[in-house]
Parts: sequence; structure tokens; C-alpha cells
Amino acid sequence: MSEDLQARKRWMGVLAKASADAIRACLHTAPPLPPHTRLRGPETGLVMLRGRAGGDGAAFNLSEMTVTRCAVTLEGGDTVGHAYVAGRDRSQAELAAVLDAALQDAARRPALLAAVIEPLAAAQAEARATESRKAAATRVQFFTMANMR
Amino acid sequence: MMRPGFADPVQDAQSCFRAVLEALSRPGRVQTLASGLTPPAPLHAATAAVLLTLSDAETPLHHDAGAEADAWLRFHCGCPMVAIGSAAFVLAVTPPPALATLQAGTDEEPERGATLVIQVEALEAGSGWRLRGPGIEAEHRLSVRGLPDGFLADRAARRGLFPRGVDVILCAGDRIAALPRTTLIEEG
Repeated sequence: MSEDLQARKRWMGVLAKASADAIRACLHTAPPLPPHTRLRGPETGLVMLRGRAGGDGAAFNLSEMTVTRCAVTLEGGDTVGHAYVAGRDRSQAELAAVLDAALQDAARRPALLAAVIEPLAAAQAEARATESRKAAATRVQFFTMANMR
Repeated sequence: MMRPGFADPVQDAQSCFRAVLEALSRPGRVQTLASGLTPPAPLHAATAAVLLTLSDAETPLHHDAGAEADAWLRFHCGCPMVAIGSAAFVLAVTPPPALATLQAGTDEEPERGATLVIQVEALEAGSGWRLRGPGIEAEHRLSVRGLPDGFLADRAARRGLFPRGVDVILCAGDRIAALPRTTLIEEG
């Protein structure tokens, strides 16, 4: 995977996990976004999640998941921004798609990465760390049996 | 640059579907679509609206409209692009292919016959061809500009196949008219 694609994968992931309110809060400090045209959506539908038992089990359908998707294009450009987000928040999907389109523009990227993506990524990492600290506190260590021998 | 599809996909596709239904049940009568589409060249608004309405992931499409239209159709319809012999819908913006190259269905499943969407220069009711057949009380007249001369003869030569056959939707600008396989056409 090329570096550009890796970077885009990262910001699309961060935007998909951030709520619309969190994105809007970050946008206050960012340069204004250009006007956009909706190409498709935002529209809500179902995707099938597939699972696999172990690393080599047969694939099975785990469940369906509600997903909202949106595709936009920015005025005066030909880049298309895409977003697929969990749930049915249409404004989150649209904001994420606009940001994806803007982030593909090299001139806008540094400012938007600094103002939106980095703070969101930091907040998500913090939330994940808190969650795993809470889980770690309830962890049970099975060492007594081994020591008794 | 990628252009948008229907502004309101559900309502717009439903009203377009109604117009297509009306066109097919009253062969040769011209219907006007207010789709508000600005599709990429060489597609006309009516052609684009008909395809957006009728084709999706389950209807293989074949077309001769070029790369930009191809990208647009793939994005908005999500239809697989296939060879002409296995397509459920065939779009012709240049002179249409020989009807024998299209799927005609089988005697058990005549509905599997392809639908040929032809983009022409102009459609006008009131003069030109004389149409008779189911859906027409006495006679209907339709003049079509931009079809090759051999088209009617090719269509008439395949009447013996009925109930198999190909249905035709003609599109020009924002107008459509349909020629189901049952319609008899005489040059006027």
C-alpha cells in the first residue's frame, strides 16, 4: 500500500469513529471547508459482517450492521470524498466525506490534519486506553495452581 | 469530474419509473421527464434518468457511451458492465447494434429479453411512423430523427420470434418514447 493510501486509510478510520459533534468541535479551529456537492447519499443501509473462527476456519455471516455512507465532490475540484460510518448519523457521514475530499488536496491537508484528525485520533486513543485500564483492573491471574506444585 | 445523480433518489426514480411504465404501455406516445440531471456527455438527461431508474447491481449493462459515462453509470447504478450478448440493458448512443446480437429471452422466460435504450436526436409525435398494436386504440404516429434506415426492417424481421424479442426505449433530450416488442410499425 502506498504512503498516500495508508494516510488516507488512517484519516478515514478516525473520521468514521468520531461523532458529528466531535468533528464539528474540531472544525472551529480549522480553515473553512469549501462548498461541496452531494454525489450520493447520505444514505443508510445494512452491510453483512463476516467472521472466521480462528485463522483458518470457514467464513460465516456474523450479523448485519447499520452503516451510513456518503460521497461528495468539492466545488472546483474533481476529487471525490467517501465516508462509511457506523450507525445512522447522516451529518457525520457527510462531514466525514467532505473532510475526506478536502484532505486529499495536498494544499489543505497539513492544516486539516493538525486541526481535526490529530485531536480526534488523540481523543480516541485516550478513550481506548481508559477502557483497557478499566478492563485490566478486573483481570484475574491464574498463577496459584502453578505455584502449588 | 464526477457529476451527481438524482437529487432525491427515491422520488425522482419513482416518477421516472412511472413515465417509463406509461411510455411502454402506450407505445410511441412521448413522455417528458423532469429529472433535473446533468449527466456527462454524450448522455442526455432522459437517457441517464432511464438508466438510473432501471439498472442496478442485478441488471448487467452494455453501452457504447465512452469512459466518462462508464464511470458515472458504474458509480450511480452499480451495474456490472458485460458483453452485449449477456446484458439485460443495452444503451446505444451511436447507431444501435443489430437486434440479433441482444438477448431475446426464451419461450419459457420471454421477460429475459434485453431492453435496448437508444439515444436519438429528436422525438416528435403526430407525424412519421404509423404505430399499431396493444396499447394503441387505432393508430399512433411518431417521428424519430437519428435512427439508421435499417432499424425498422431489422425489427420487423424478428417479429416471428414472439414472445421472445427486444423492447426499445427511445430517448432524446428530456423526452422518451417506447416501442415494446408487440408494436407494429409502418413507415409513414
